[in-house]
Amino acid sequence: MKAVCDVLDTGLKDYMEVYSLQKKLLAERIRDEIPDTLILTEHPPTFTIGRKGGRENILVSEEVLKKNGIKVYEIDRGGDVTYHGPGQIVGYPIMNLAKWNKDIHLYLRSLEEVIIRFLSHFKITAGRINNYTGVWVGDCKIAAIGIGVSKWTTFHGFCININPDKKHFRMITPCGIKDKSVTSLDELTGETTDMRKAKQVLVTEFGNCFEREMRYA
Amino acid sequence: MDFVLPELGKGIDEATISFWMCEEGDKINKGDDVIEMLTDKATFNVPAPVSGVLKDILVREGEVVKVGQKIAEIGE
Repeated sequence: MKAVCDVLDTGLKDYMEVYSLQKKLLAERIRDEIPDTLILTEHPPTFTIGRKGGRENILVSEEVLKKNGIKVYEIDRGGDVTYHGPGQIVGYPIMNLAKWNKDIHLYLRSLEEVIIRFLSHFKITAGRINNYTGVWVGDCKIAAIGIGVSKWTTFHGFCININPDKKHFRMITPCGIKDKSVTSLDELTGETTDMRKAKQVLVTEFGNCFEREMRYA
Repeated sequence: MDFVLPELGKGIDEATISFWMCEEGDKINKGDDVIEMLTDKATFNVPAPVSGVLKDILVREGEVVKVGQKIAEIGE
């Protein structure tokens, strides 16, 4: 029988609030009090800086950030600067890898696989670029990935661009990579994606890739 | 005893020390996270292998450590 993975959709919620939720569920997962859990969320405009990155990859002043209502947080995930905002599907899997595969690289590649299969539902052919974690369509990044692991249990995760405000991306060097740009699902399809439906597709593909029975909380 | 960097999983034979969550002289408990390590897209917390007092820290923030390398001494 497949192991269960709970799905928890917070809707639009402040980055730090969901961060606290991640940490709470992470502790509970480590103590084996809850099953694997996929948090789905969407954040108000926020830049987060991973351990690899620096503020130099935020290209605008504090004043511009303030005027645009963008918050900045330095956080404990791998990777560089990323943008979160409305129009993205953000996923934070809280998964015990000891009960799956004790292999961080395989985990990262599997998250990419979930997103590649998700995009294929919308007739978008996406792939990987060597040494650049994330999902790409041509030379443009459509999904960013950065994770944390504690006692073989994952937190942080992935972020897929559905129809975010691209103006905000121009305020950073996403993931610290200068010669590549970003794209979104709606930009590629020329249509407006139904977020609710898109999340369902994503959850199904997540269950397929990780062999989990997805259960909505 | 020697505190060596434990296995981080398949395909990862080294990582960078992001930061120490405790200092020399601190009492640490087996299983508590004491170091955050870093690879390109992931951070990992490494727990203390035994309870004791953290004695000598041999590698500091920003340094690259190989799996199996001694990173600190844990005393009584």
